[in-house]
Amino acid sequence: MDLKEKLVTSFLAFENRVDVDSPVHDIRNEALKTFENTGFPSKKEEAWKYTSLNSVLKHDYSVFPKQENALEYKDIKKYFIHDIDTYKIIFIDGKYSSHLSQVTHDGIDVCLMSSALNKDKYKPVIENYFNKIATKDSLASLNTAFSNEGAYIYIPKNKAVEKPIQIIHFSTGNESAVLLQPRNLIVVEENSHVQIIERHQSLTDNPVLTNSVTEIFANKRAIVDYYKVQNDNQNASLIDHTFVEQKEQTNCFVHTFSFGGKLTRNNLNFYQNGEHMDSTMKGITIIGDKQHVDHNTLVHHIEPNCESHQDYKGIFADSSTGVFNGKVIVEKEAQKTNAFQANNNILLSDKAAINTKPQLEIFADDVKCSHGCTIGQLDESALFYMKQRGIPEKEARALLMFAFSNNVLDSVKIPELKQRITKLIANKLGVNIGFDL
Amino acid sequence: MSKYTEDDLREELKTKEYEYGFYTDIDSETFPVGLNEDIVRAISKKKEEPEWMTEWRLEAFKVWKAMEEPEWANVNYEKPDFQAISYYSAPNSKPKYDSLDEVDPELLATFEKLGISIDEQKKLANVAMDVVVDSVSVATTFKKTLGEKGIIFMSISEAIKEHPELVKKYIGTVVPTKDNFYAALNSAVFSDGSFCYIPKGVRCPMELSTYFRINQAGTGQFERTLVIADEGSYVSYLEGCTAPSRDENQLHAAVVELIALDDAEIKYSTVQNWYPGNAEGKGGVFNFVTKRGLCEKNAKISWTQVETGSAVTWKYPSCILKGDNSVGEFYSIAVTNNYQQADTGTKMIHLGKNTKSTIISKGISAGKSQNSYRGLVQVSSRADNARNFSQCDSLLMGNECGAHTFPYIEAKNKTAMIEHEATTSKIGEDQIFYCNQRGIDTEKAIALIVNGFSKEVLNKLPMEFAVEAQKLLEISLEGSVG
Repeated sequence: MDLKEKLVTSFLAFENRVDVDSPVHDIRNEALKTFENTGFPSKKEEAWKYTSLNSVLKHDYSVFPKQENALEYKDIKKYFIHDIDTYKIIFIDGKYSSHLSQVTHDGIDVCLMSSALNKDKYKPVIENYFNKIATKDSLASLNTAFSNEGAYIYIPKNKAVEKPIQIIHFSTGNESAVLLQPRNLIVVEENSHVQIIERHQSLTDNPVLTNSVTEIFANKRAIVDYYKVQNDNQNASLIDHTFVEQKEQTNCFVHTFSFGGKLTRNNLNFYQNGEHMDSTMKGITIIGDKQHVDHNTLVHHIEPNCESHQDYKGIFADSSTGVFNGKVIVEKEAQKTNAFQANNNILLSDKAAINTKPQLEIFADDVKCSHGCTIGQLDESALFYMKQRGIPEKEARALLMFAFSNNVLDSVKIPELKQRITKLIANKLGVNIGFDL
Repeated sequence: MSKYTEDDLREELKTKEYEYGFYTDIDSETFPVGLNEDIVRAISKKKEEPEWMTEWRLEAFKVWKAMEEPEWANVNYEKPDFQAISYYSAPNSKPKYDSLDEVDPELLATFEKLGISIDEQKKLANVAMDVVVDSVSVATTFKKTLGEKGIIFMSISEAIKEHPELVKKYIGTVVPTKDNFYAALNSAVFSDGSFCYIPKGVRCPMELSTYFRINQAGTGQFERTLVIADEGSYVSYLEGCTAPSRDENQLHAAVVELIALDDAEIKYSTVQNWYPGNAEGKGGVFNFVTKRGLCEKNAKISWTQVETGSAVTWKYPSCILKGDNSVGEFYSIAVTNNYQQADTGTKMIHLGKNTKSTIISKGISAGKSQNSYRGLVQVSSRADNARNFSQCDSLLMGNECGAHTFPYIEAKNKTAMIEHEATTSKIGEDQIFYCNQRGIDTEKAIALIVNGFSKEVLNKLPMEFAVEAQKLLEISLEGSVG
């Protein structure tokens, strides 16, 4: 039985376990139908031209983890940003771990999707926001069909959340292969501010496939700062869908740091519904071996006077493959749009490959839109300069690569996270040259 | 003169009718509509082709039947009914003219209306013309001069008869019959086209040129061009098109193959001005063209195109940089107005070491048109030190048109250096103001700016052609080019 059939047949069992009367019941049913009709995407589809899911889908994933697993904090401490106080929403094999988490209902809601879906108190928010901007393509629909657990974050008006929120998904590997489908909903009301760090981590070499969907709504003048740390082990794959809807005068940032995982696909869609806003998406990808990272971004400029900035850097070693597929759409009402898109890549090996497709679709005339894309190597003369001055080649290379990716790090606003990322980069480049750690 | 604004220009663009829209009544021998094996055989027989050519066509037809029309391009149009087209039409007063006097006077008048009196062209421009009216070559000039150098320049149907060894060796090598839907169709039914062979070490002394027209109502035109530049030779080839105004959509599916052997250089320039349809988007030519060149060692192929016509353009002149140190270039201006749609660009396939490619694409959209650049730069794992530079600029006039960029970049070699940049802008009010201040009226100012915007590409056209290109830009963007 292939994975698609398995998912479709297990849907009934899933629906019976969760509340059938819930308002999302119809949404789930509808989504399953969509998935049943479309199936998993193949390379024939333009959006999946460079990314094949075959190697990921061949495992016999268990759709529902059979048992609850527990983890000791000391064993997994290193995956936390532990040196600062944070709210934490921790999942182990898709199940919420109250033991490791730190949630709150005090003024803001930092809690679970499952309780938000079941409690009447949250009904208005769910009705207003749930599944409103998620696309109806096959994998997002699959997630919608099985949406039950994940993070639920609601920040009311005029509230700056004083500490960052960490969302971490652990998989224990107690089962031979597991499919996880977390579903997150983040609503930030007027004048509020929140910082979120998300991470997926598997603890053994058993294959894990995560198909995650996050919907983020930023209302007037809100600031949302979202960080994705992707440094999973070599058998874990991640298909992430993040949808951001912005209202006027908002500022949203999404930073994606991709260092690990077997196959990582990031779908990141920004919808700008309002004027005078700014969307920023940045990413650093440093991979090797046979890793594959695919960034698929969309910025939809709907109204005038908005800006968007995209800056993705990639360094590819060994037999790794990188894909960048960025799309900017400027509707004809969206005059005075300023859209910028850059994708810079360095190939370190002849077996590594990069496929990039930065696209512009522009229907308005008074706009400033540009995109740039480069593929190149490290500057030999700069390397020579450093070697002459006694810096070993390996370190010199690492320094150059660090400098190459540095302007993405510049806009990281949590110092401890920045430090952590810097360390991860140094680790990934295999050097210890005492950057400002 | 009252103030001339961009709005006036837009208004003028809307109302500007196609100047070259006229229809010459020449007796034509036209095949019944529809396409099947018999028609393919009949075309082949009509052209007195050898057996291998007939087989080749039939093979292509088989492939075509199994293929589906591509839908990935960013264009919307009513699919042509391939069974409602007549696949062959030849002017009746054929064959063979020794001098121009023998040519049907009405036909000559047509050329005169186009402003390309052959006599004049011969004398003034020093251009050898292989004039194609509805697919059959009716006048070939300067054949003698070229013959002395060993250059073969003739219609492809003559070449099939006279130089079968060359045609057989090279046809379909760069654009295989099963390459794509339209190439397969063309391979099956192509009626005529040009053939050119430059022998080793010869520098072609003049610009070679063909002039295409679609003349007969309801006939599709399927041109086949094959240019072979042997080792160390050089040729500059021009292709220009105008077509009469018609209501039903006409189909044009040409195939152009260029082969540049070691150290050879081919410069291929196109000015395309098929009928773009009227201001309501009715009528107009569908232009689905496959153009591709193959570069051997140290060879160079340079494509220059000025695309102002056609209702729908689907065209990607490409270079396969097979040999080491080969160079590919692509310079393009695509102008769309009213309801025109263009999806055009290039493919640069880097296979050899130290290969270089340059892409300069300028898109100008006005009215309700859609203008897309779609390009591919591919560096294979063996193509060490490949270098590419791409620049795609779009100029938008009004907010009812669209400009799109779809660059595909695939690199599999660590020594590859690839740069791509694209910008979109409109004619700035400050630029116009600056010109106005200095006594240049708005019309001239817009002309200056558009001219400057496209200069980089216009400069690449051969002198004789640049004038005509300028003329065609004028028609498409009347009032903006001075």
